[in-house]
Amino acid sequence: MSELTALWGNLPVWSQLLLWDLVKIVAIVGPLMLSVAYLTFAERKVIGYMQVRIGPNRVGPRGWLQPIADGVKLLLKEIIVPSGANKALFIGAPVLALLPALVAWAVVPFTSTLVLANVNAGLLFVLAVTSMGVYGVVIAGWASNSKYAFLGSLRSAAQIVAYEIAMGFALVGVLMSVGTLNLRQIALDQAGGFWHWLFLPLFPLFLVYFISGVAETNRAPFDVAEGESEIVAGFHVEYSGMTFALFFLAEYANMILLSALTAILFLGGWFPPFDFAPFTWVPPLVWFLLKVSVILFLYLWLRATFPRYRYDQIMRLGWKVLIPVTLVWIGVMGLVIFFTPWAFLFYR
Amino acid sequence: MTFEDAVFTFFAAVLLGSAAMVVTIRNPVKSALFLVLAFVSAACLWMLLKAEFLAIVLVLVYVGAVMVLFLFVVMMIDVNLAVLRQGFADYLPVGGLVAVLMVAEIALAVGPKQFAAGRLAHAAAHVAHPHYSNTRALGILLYTTYVYPFEIAAVILLVAIIAAIALTMRRRPDTKYQDPARQVEVRAQDRMRIVKMRTEPKA
Repeated sequence: MSELTALWGNLPVWSQLLLWDLVKIVAIVGPLMLSVAYLTFAERKVIGYMQVRIGPNRVGPRGWLQPIADGVKLLLKEIIVPSGANKALFIGAPVLALLPALVAWAVVPFTSTLVLANVNAGLLFVLAVTSMGVYGVVIAGWASNSKYAFLGSLRSAAQIVAYEIAMGFALVGVLMSVGTLNLRQIALDQAGGFWHWLFLPLFPLFLVYFISGVAETNRAPFDVAEGESEIVAGFHVEYSGMTFALFFLAEYANMILLSALTAILFLGGWFPPFDFAPFTWVPPLVWFLLKVSVILFLYLWLRATFPRYRYDQIMRLGWKVLIPVTLVWIGVMGLVIFFTPWAFLFYR
Repeated sequence: MTFEDAVFTFFAAVLLGSAAMVVTIRNPVKSALFLVLAFVSAACLWMLLKAEFLAIVLVLVYVGAVMVLFLFVVMMIDVNLAVLRQGFADYLPVGGLVAVLMVAEIALAVGPKQFAAGRLAHAAAHVAHPHYSNTRALGILLYTTYVYPFEIAAVILLVAIIAAIALTMRRRPDTKYQDPARQVEVRAQDRMRIVKMRTEPKA
């Protein structure tokens, strides 16, 4: 042990920092990947019960080892590159899809002290990084040299660009209310009871943000990029084995990321819903994970409940309903804050 | 060489390399992707200068939106390289002249004069402040000192958007489209009629 500490002391400062950051990154990405694996299991179970089935229950006790078995199966399968495909981009696309979903976690605070990088422009950083996720889908569709994949990627690109605007406007409302881009500070401003949480004054924006989040992650009922009834499996129709698994991981990592952001921005982050005795005993991290889980359950519930949107209806909802709603609400907020005595409703 | 210098050298090399690839590579889709890489490296360089707002907005606007739509178009059109190459020699003098002009303009705008030691000391003192936030500083400047230029730029952009839509929108008389309001208003009696009748005719 003493030799190890001596070795650590002999390292230059920058490499100490680098190693320490690496440890922190592993401490975030490891549990995240495990959550992704068990989110797929939870999805199959939840949808199973909603459809009066049991869901996977064969591998391990009560089926708990099912995601591990799925992972091993995907690892062992052959990666097939279609003829005429652009090989470098074909292999690179799934990596490009997964990368932004993991990078964005760098600035997400789990509690007031537990955050990898507490940066001032955290919210902008998350927006910028998640907006790069569309490249994985677009490049996959083009590099596959397949009509189905190409159609899927075109649909997805148009959809993601459209809903990003509504999402950005919903976040403008949050910014007007808290006056900071720092995610930790945004959550800290909502301390003390659920009546301080931002989802109440910003209810329309909360709904718009959640719906755009579902559309951004290409989840049902907005999953026309996959659309197995029309275009087989959309952008990942040509992918197999580990390359397919990376797309799968990216989708679920994005779901967890958006749920965490919804919890931080609108649902008071790690603060308990009531700021008195039995609720404050529960550690903040548990409250945060609980909120994220509830929002994730909503995603699964939506998938089991709604049929897929038609493509023109998705575009109509994004451009003609969600964006006007956010624009009007931002205008209302601005007027109320500056010209009426009820500014305290929005501005803290 | 400090750690910062190494990071700068790396991103600067990637930026120059990918910028060179944008104009030399044959495949237009790959060319667009190299442009994306150039944008990302430029954003990292700005981040080194503590201009985090500019860096993030470059990624958000150009990488996240503009280049996606660009790629969208490039993927759909079939570019014939042979035709593109035909006029190379003809356009070379004009193109060369434009290039020289642009280099001169850039040199005037960001030449050594603007970066003299005395001029930067003031800015460096600002940035060194522990509570300095680039986003906040830019926001305050944009909405106080430069509020009119900022608003005018916004209006010009809005006019451009509306003009683009007005120019491209054609109402064809034969297109069928749905009116969601009318679809929602529909009641059962509008679409079907219940007729009472015997199950079997009388014998």
